[in-house]
Amino acid sequence: MQDDPVIRVVAKVLIPTIMLFALYVQFHGDYGPGGGFQAGVIFAAALVLHAVVFGLHRARQVWPMRYNLMGVSAGVLLYGGTGVWSMLAGANYLDYFALKADPKAAQHLGILLVEFGVGLTVASVMVALFFAFAGRLTHIRLVAKTAAHETAEAGKAAADNGAPARDGDAG
Amino acid sequence: MGMFAVNAFLIFLLVIIAVVALNVHRLFALVMLSGAFSLTAAAQFVVLDAVDVAFTEAAVGAGISTVLALATLSLVPREEKPHAIAPLPALIAVATGALLMVSIGDLPQFGAADAPVHIHVAPDYISGSEKLIGVPNVVTSVLASYRGYDTLGETVVIFTAAIAVLLILAGWTRAPHLRDGETENTHIAQNAQDREDGQKDAG
Amino acid sequence: MSDIAAQWNYYVVIVLMMLGFYAVIARGNMVKKMVGLNIFQTSVFMLYISVGKIDGGTAPILTGDAASVYSNPLPHVLILTAIVVGVATTAVGYALIIRIHEAYGTIEDDEVAALVDADQEARERADAGPAS
Repeated sequence: MQDDPVIRVVAKVLIPTIMLFALYVQFHGDYGPGGGFQAGVIFAAALVLHAVVFGLHRARQVWPMRYNLMGVSAGVLLYGGTGVWSMLAGANYLDYFALKADPKAAQHLGILLVEFGVGLTVASVMVALFFAFAGRLTHIRLVAKTAAHETAEAGKAAADNGAPARDGDAG
Repeated sequence: MGMFAVNAFLIFLLVIIAVVALNVHRLFALVMLSGAFSLTAAAQFVVLDAVDVAFTEAAVGAGISTVLALATLSLVPREEKPHAIAPLPALIAVATGALLMVSIGDLPQFGAADAPVHIHVAPDYISGSEKLIGVPNVVTSVLASYRGYDTLGETVVIFTAAIAVLLILAGWTRAPHLRDGETENTHIAQNAQDREDGQKDAG
Repeated sequence: MSDIAAQWNYYVVIVLMMLGFYAVIARGNMVKKMVGLNIFQTSVFMLYISVGKIDGGTAPILTGDAASVYSNPLPHVLILTAIVVGVATTAVGYALIIRIHEAYGTIEDDEVAALVDADQEARERADAGPAS
């Protein structure tokens, strides 16, 4: 699919549009249908499209796996941190009224932060899941190659020492 | 009345898709039907006024779920071993369904505005969302503010699921049941080798 | 008969539940089990959303019009999060299916069970062999 110019050009137009739509769904969730869960999945769909059209290898260069791990943790941390912030401000956990003087502005801020945390986690989780599933074949090949290498090393070590090598000692 | 007809038709369509899905043996067709099922369910959710749920079902059920299932099918066999109808499980399923159907008589009328579920906390949420929170989308205000603890829990659940999948699929583990001289790697390597040989033979 | 027409959604939801339940407990293929679980899940979602529907209501997004009736938002919230958690658990299931296929070369649960038994017996025989 990498060689088809139509798909490449259409994907180049679509991917940023999908990402922009994800941000719209994320931040317009207070006023219309949408929110962090939907936005996260839509954002992940953009990266899945990138991986399908340009190949998993390129997608993992654009969006390395460590971004996913950071995003997954940062989202949960942002959600939990908002609760801790409201506690530091003297209210109960996740009670947004304490965040600002104006009650409606405080609720807006709290919902915005929490929804952004959800969106970050969901987007990173979905991309991480796709990378893990789609990268499994490459992973198996890598493991197989390493295992073959280990066995060869163990054989060499055994020949050098003149004693039978055990798998666990070779590494 | 028109809305009721659309509702009745869509939910009947779901049953048809489910029956066909149970009877196909090609897993690729099964996954596609599963996606169609989710998309029809999303349309049904719109008819039942749950626009946020419909949005999520369309993006998650028909989108990401199907992608993950297809990624799985690229690694596992794509044909199901044919099965006859199993009498005992069928009996259990029908008996469970029959018991539930008997209890439908005790449910409030579908769409009744005075059902207990509508007069407990929902009016507070709707009026509070306007006066206290100032967020027009009631689902968002309940999700993030009134029931923030729930949503925190759900976020942690998907966090845990991601960690689990990464450990299962991208981890380097040594299983305890393996004996000396065996590693998980040797098994995987052997199986991958076998499969590639098989593909070569087939091709 | 009019009762069935009025409560149509609940009856059909139960039929969907039966189909999903049957697929989960009777079918040996693990991918089919997962799709059955998906159907089962969706039937529960549909039950909740049907309970939340009010005749003549609209989606619970405030319009500013005091006369408008809104459907119950609470089931929507519960199901919204349940769908995302559902896909996360489905992903764990598919990941396990991939690993089972790598270890046993099949995703039919009766074949896997037979292989596990055979493996166990062979191991016991090998462990008992040199000692006796």
